[in-house]
Amino acid sequence: MSHHIVLAGPAAETTKLLAYWVLAIISVAAALGMVLARKAVHCAMLLAVVMLSLAVMYAMLGAPFLAFVQVIVYTGAVLMLFLFVLMIVGISAADSVIETIRGQRLWAAIAGIALLILLALVVGNAAIGGAPKATAKFGNSNVTGLANLIFTKYVYPFEITSALLITAALGAMVLAHRERTSPKPSQRELAARRFATGHPAPLPGPGTYAQHNAADMPALLPDGSQSDLSVSTALTGGVSPGEARTALATAEPQTGESAAEADQEAGEQW
Amino acid sequence: MVTPAHFIALSVILFVIGSVGVLVRRNAIVVFMCVELMLNAANLAFVTFARMHGQLDGQIIAFFVMVVAAAEVVVGLAILTSIFRARRSASVDDANLMKY
Repeated sequence: MSHHIVLAGPAAETTKLLAYWVLAIISVAAALGMVLARKAVHCAMLLAVVMLSLAVMYAMLGAPFLAFVQVIVYTGAVLMLFLFVLMIVGISAADSVIETIRGQRLWAAIAGIALLILLALVVGNAAIGGAPKATAKFGNSNVTGLANLIFTKYVYPFEITSALLITAALGAMVLAHRERTSPKPSQRELAARRFATGHPAPLPGPGTYAQHNAADMPALLPDGSQSDLSVSTALTGGVSPGEARTALATAEPQTGESAAEADQEAGEQW
Repeated sequence: MVTPAHFIALSVILFVIGSVGVLVRRNAIVVFMCVELMLNAANLAFVTFARMHGQLDGQIIAFFVMVVAAAEVVVGLAILTSIFRARRSASVDDANLMKY
């Protein structure tokens, strides 16, 4: 692996600065969007943007191993886990826009600004010098350097990590396990139940003959009307897609309880 | 020229945004995501400090933070799904059985 690109000189510094500002703006905008987005799925997607920007920054800071771990473990595994749970919980399972604690958002904003000022003062008073010239530890031999440290100086924390992971895996299995309270239905019972619904065939797939090929687009029936059966209730929050769309289109400002209910019904979430 | 102070400043901003999110949002899954954002901001600071001091220890700490965060997410989301099964809601306001 002796072929690597060496950037040097003022041009390289300008490139780095440009990359930093692009990534910083993207990540801060995505983080703000994550706090403000109403739908949890959008939050997850924006968090992925933040994490990928941070991965590039780790690479800029001479941590190529952590950059890859960030992409694989965080963006690949942790965020996918979030999305799986969102699919289980259903995107409508959320709170309304109504504040339950009076002035919660105002005080949260004040606390956030106070924390920002505090941290800015701390960082401003700290003597953060320039970085020394990058050694091989922050480049080609980063992985071997990390491995040397993990298996010598940090070997006990590393071993304890295994106990933590086993405990976490066991805990997740125990918490997610559900005891069956009724006997498992046999294949015969399942078939009888299916014919009893009057719908022996599988439900139509979403997007069939519709203008869009997305999972939340209802299929069109031969007469041109929409088939509400074709969209999973996890995506619509228990209402048919047609109703949800008209509810969104004709949503009028309401007050009090009815607004909260309308929010719940429209599958909106804060 | 990009100095470590640039990255520390970004890490501070991301941390504050994450903490405001934890305070404001009431969907427990989104609260979890904001906690992850705070952990990521702290990781950025660790990696920057490692580069600043020319030692890899900061990167090791960031690595351990990632491991602990992964474990935390697994257990936290399992708790969330079990709460959702019991209450049919992912809002932090509805899990109030131990209040008072």
